[in-house]
Formats: sequence, C-alpha cells, structure tokens
Amino acid sequence: MTAASPPEVLRAPLVVEFPFTRSLGPVQSAFLTGLRDGVVLGVKTSDGRVAVPPVEYDPVTSEEIRELVEVAATGTVTTWAWNDRPRPQQPLGTPFAWVLVKLDGADTALLHALDAPGPDAVRTGMRVRVRWAAERTGAITDIACFEPYDGPAPKAGPAPHDGVFQDPVTGIVAEARLDYVYSPGRAQTAYINALSEQRTVGERCPSCHKVYVPPRGACPTCGVATTDQVEVGPAGTVTTFCIVNIKAKNLDIEVPYVYAHIALDGAGLALHGRIGGIPYDQVRMGLRVEPVWTEGGRYPDHYRPTGEPDADYDAYKELI
Amino acid sequence: MTGPRTSRYARDVAVVAFAQSDHLRRTDELSEVEMVMPVLHQVLAATGLKAGEIGFTCSGSSDYLAGRAFSFTMTLDGVGAWPPISESHVEMDGAWALYEAWVKIQTGEADTALVYSYGKSSPGSVRDVLTRQLDPYYLAPLWPDSVALAALQAQALVDAGETDEPALAAIAARSRADAGANPHAQLRGAVPQGDYQVRPLRTGDCPPVGDGVAAVVLAAGDLARQLCDRPAWITGIDHRIEAHGLGLRDLTDSPSTRIAAQRAGLFDAPVDTAELHAPFSSQEVVLRKALGLGDTVAVNPSGGALAANPMMAAGLIRIGEAAARIHRGASDRAVAHATSGPCLQQNLVAVLEGDTR
Repeated sequence: MTAASPPEVLRAPLVVEFPFTRSLGPVQSAFLTGLRDGVVLGVKTSDGRVAVPPVEYDPVTSEEIRELVEVAATGTVTTWAWNDRPRPQQPLGTPFAWVLVKLDGADTALLHALDAPGPDAVRTGMRVRVRWAAERTGAITDIACFEPYDGPAPKAGPAPHDGVFQDPVTGIVAEARLDYVYSPGRAQTAYINALSEQRTVGERCPSCHKVYVPPRGACPTCGVATTDQVEVGPAGTVTTFCIVNIKAKNLDIEVPYVYAHIALDGAGLALHGRIGGIPYDQVRMGLRVEPVWTEGGRYPDHYRPTGEPDADYDAYKELI
Repeated sequence: MTGPRTSRYARDVAVVAFAQSDHLRRTDELSEVEMVMPVLHQVLAATGLKAGEIGFTCSGSSDYLAGRAFSFTMTLDGVGAWPPISESHVEMDGAWALYEAWVKIQTGEADTALVYSYGKSSPGSVRDVLTRQLDPYYLAPLWPDSVALAALQAQALVDAGETDEPALAAIAARSRADAGANPHAQLRGAVPQGDYQVRPLRTGDCPPVGDGVAAVVLAAGDLARQLCDRPAWITGIDHRIEAHGLGLRDLTDSPSTRIAAQRAGLFDAPVDTAELHAPFSSQEVVLRKALGLGDTVAVNPSGGALAANPMMAAGLIRIGEAAARIHRGASDRAVAHATSGPCLQQNLVAVLEGDTR
C-alpha cells in the first residue's frame, strides 16, 4: 500500500509557556528597584557617558561598571514608530508610538511606549516624561509608558546615587506565552488518523525495509522518505520494561506500575506503553501483550497480556 | 587553472552546491523533516556525494518558530545519520552554521561539509516569537515585535535624511520585480506597498512570513574542483555583533557589518554582486552604506529577503544565491551578508570568488 495524501491536514492548538525566574546583577537590581520607588538610575560608562537603562559591563571595554547616577524622568524622543494595532502584552492597548527616549542626564536611549493621540502628535526631538504605573514591583513595566511633556530639561545634571534602597529587588519573573497551531505533517497525520480507527500504521523504509512506528516520514538510518504504509500489531512483545514507583503529577495511576517497550508484530522498533492486567512483578521480557482501548480514547490506554506463550528471545532481541 | 585570487586562509574552501525549497506561507501538510529532506537530497545530488561521504554536517534552526523542542534532532533524520556522523547545530541562521563548517574544514578535520537550515514560522506568530530573543530585563517584558524595532530604525534613517518613504518603496518594488526570475521566491512581481504596519514601514517594506529550507555543500581545494565546474571560493568570511541595547547603538549605521566586511577582504577589490540579508527595505539602506556598494553592483538579484525570508535560512540563502551566480558564470566576485537579531544586530559577511576565466 502506498502512502496516500492525507485526507485533511490535522491541526491542534499548542501553547508554550515559560516563566523564567531571573536574578539581577547589582546595577540592574538598583535600576529596577529605583523604578519601583519612582527613581530613574543610570550608570557611568568607562568613557564618562551615562547609560540608561544601565548595564553591568561597559559596552566598549567590558569593564565592570558600578558608578550610579540619578537622571530625570523627563527626556527627548530620539526615534519613534507609530503602532496602530497594538499586539497582546504590549504596554498600551490603544494605538501608541514606540519610542527611544534619551532621558535628561542620559547619553543613551531607553525603549518604551509613548501614549499620544496620533502619529501627527509625535516627532523626533519631542519632549516626554515618564508616566509611572499605579502598582510598581521592580520591573521595566513600572514605567507604564511615556507621555508628552512641555517642560524644559532640568538645569542640574545627573546626581550621584548610592543605589541603596530598602528591600531591593533581586530578581524578576519573565513570563512568556506563545501560541501555535501545530500540524503533524504527512506521516504522523496518517498515523493519527489510523489510531482513530484503533489501528496502528507504520511506514517502511524503501531502502532498508525497516518499519517505523510511529512514523515520522524519514528513515533516520538511510535519510530517505518512508513511503509504504504498513499496519502493525495489534499484539506485540515486551522487549524491556521498568517499574515506576513515583507517582506522576496529574496522572491517576497507582504505583508501582510497569512501563514497557513493546515491539508490535511487524514493527521494526519498539514503542512504549504501560502494562496492565497483570501484577507489576510478573511482567517479563518476551511477554505477549495487546492494546486496551478506552471509550473515546485516541490511543491505547495500556497493554495487557494476550495469554499466548512468551516470545522467544531470538524473536525480539534485535528490537531491544 | 588559477586558485582563488585573494585567499588568506590555511585552506581554500568553496561553496560547491546550493539548493533551496520553494518558500511558502504555510506548509501544514509537511513536518519539518518532510520539508527539509528533499532539499538535502537535491544539494547532495548536485555533487554526487552521499550523506556518509560528507565530512561534517552543521544545521541552523530555532525551536521557538514552530514551538517544537529539539526540532533539529527530528530533521537530522532526513540526513541519514547512521552510522553516526560528525554533526553540529546552531540555534541561529544557517549562515552561522556555514561559518562553523568552514572553520571545521580550515582545521583540517573535514574536507567537505553539508550545511542546512530551515524555518517553519507558519505555526506561530513570528513577530511575537522574535520578542523572546531580546534582553529579558528591559525589552522582552514590553513585547516590542520585530516590525516595530525595524520601524524605529527606519524612522531614524528618515530623520537622518538617509532615505524616505518613496525610496523605501523603490527598494521593495525592485526586490519583488527581480524575484520574478526566482522560482523559489514567495513574493514576486508587483506587490502593493499597502498600509503602515508600524509607521514608517508599510506592508511592502516588510518581508513575507513563510516556511522554507536551504542547503549548501562546502569542499576544500582540488576536491571542490572535482565536485563543481566553477566553485565559489570563500576568500573571506567574518562575523561581528553590536551591543544588545538598542539605545546604545547608532541605528543608521552598521559598524559590525563594516568591520566584518573589512576582515573578509571585501574592500580589496570590487564586487559585481551583493546578496544582502535585509528583511526590511530600510535595512538595505544601512547595509549599502556599511559595505560601500555603488550603483554598478547588482544588489539582491534573487529578490532578497523581501521576496522570501524563511527565518534561520534567509541568511544562508544569501550565500547560496551569491555562490550560484558564480557557479553559472553570472558573477566573478560577490559579497554575501547574513544578519541576526533586531535592527541588524549581528552581521556576517562572506566574499565569494570564481576562478578567473
């Protein structure tokens, strides 16, 4: 049987979330704690410039830099870009301008959002000031955004600051969520479609004739497409197994239980599954098993003994 | 036959074959390995080499694009990596995979290399995905997307008098018109500039989002001549990175590109072709300046990244396209450029030359 084009492409939502907990260096810690307390700090670079937002190491010499100064919460736009359609999680839900702002007293610019009525109200060189967030935790989002500001720059330059605050912020949690729509491709689509009919379908390599279950579309040994669909099983042989003694989170299975590699009849490699219907300490290599499907299950819930005599070691030793 | 004219390295290494997929908005019917494998077969067939005869294999990709962990181990299935091959991977554009392979050949550890890279952006939202590569303290929490950051750079160029919207539109139009001759390109012919995506960048100033694959084979010395009628010798290659703070940089210039070009020997002799990895029209303005390209140079005759921008492959494609022009005698000395990160943060420059005719 030649692999046919899948009747339809399968799609499923895939959400990837990764809340990284990150520690802060001394300069970042002072800067973010300062934002929490309504103070903007910069750091003096080796050539005497003031970097805001501040960095831990000199961008030119890579020297450790620690000399902090307080700069103003007002500044000048150095470049901007009008964002008519804010995307989820961006600083403002209404149209706004992305801006790089050189704060008064700073020599480098900070990226943030500018709340303005429209693109005609924004220009490079315009004066802006920080709009502080109502609740501040020690994060760049403690600056809610910038807003237009008519006033001049303060006469005094940046003032030295010791960077010492009560209850300094020492870390941030960088939350992120990305949404995908996953499609499994030709070979895996055929596999999943067959499973919905409680059949297990692998694919054979045209070069080495090994049958891959589940198929991924390529023979990793030969580097060619697996082309011929082959129905395997339903019964198979336990090639090796382990006894699980630790209860998995969100998994309603009593421990101990057996998790096994099972070579389905006709398959060129073993897949894995749970063994049930037999005391855990009686599972053995060579045990013949068959899949057990639950109502509406999209794949076998587990495998149970068929009652056949055990397979001869020679019959499965190449599949361990 | 004479060797490469300006080689400065221990070994002469050339691009001897290049292949790429058609670049498409979606490839839902294909898994990543199903997408990659035909291109691997094609590039190997061009040299007559089998996977097992390749000295070193290096790939470039990013798991974030399709949201699949360790996706490169899946695509390695398409190489035929058994018995175990000498192999590596970079979570970068394939141009940097090529750099690693080139270094491997320079050390004498290998005489040939297979380099491939791919990006399947269609399952996710690449504008949002790319925010995750930014500084996690000061930038990532604001989710500034890739178009927004490029737009800040474009406005800085407009403010500096280096370009304006009509000039950017002309770059976009020229790129898509040139892509008319490139059967693999995603956007070809007349493409409307459209509305602002993030002002001042319009839809036409931005690259298409799509899925695609590229692969090249590298070979050293006489072997290169055996495998290819006119090898594209890599007579110089270098890459440089700028500070990650956008506000620390002059966004209207690209000193990293200029230094890489200098170290690659670009300025030693004129080039006739430049394949620039400028995903946004405004970035071509920056790169032309940094590389000192005059009007006599054919810039992005393939259409460039404005015609097809498969993430992680578009940079390698620039090297492949430049090499392919040398292979077919349409170029004698070409510069290829690849970029990574926001606003041309990291840049690789390669100079490619054909044997004198």
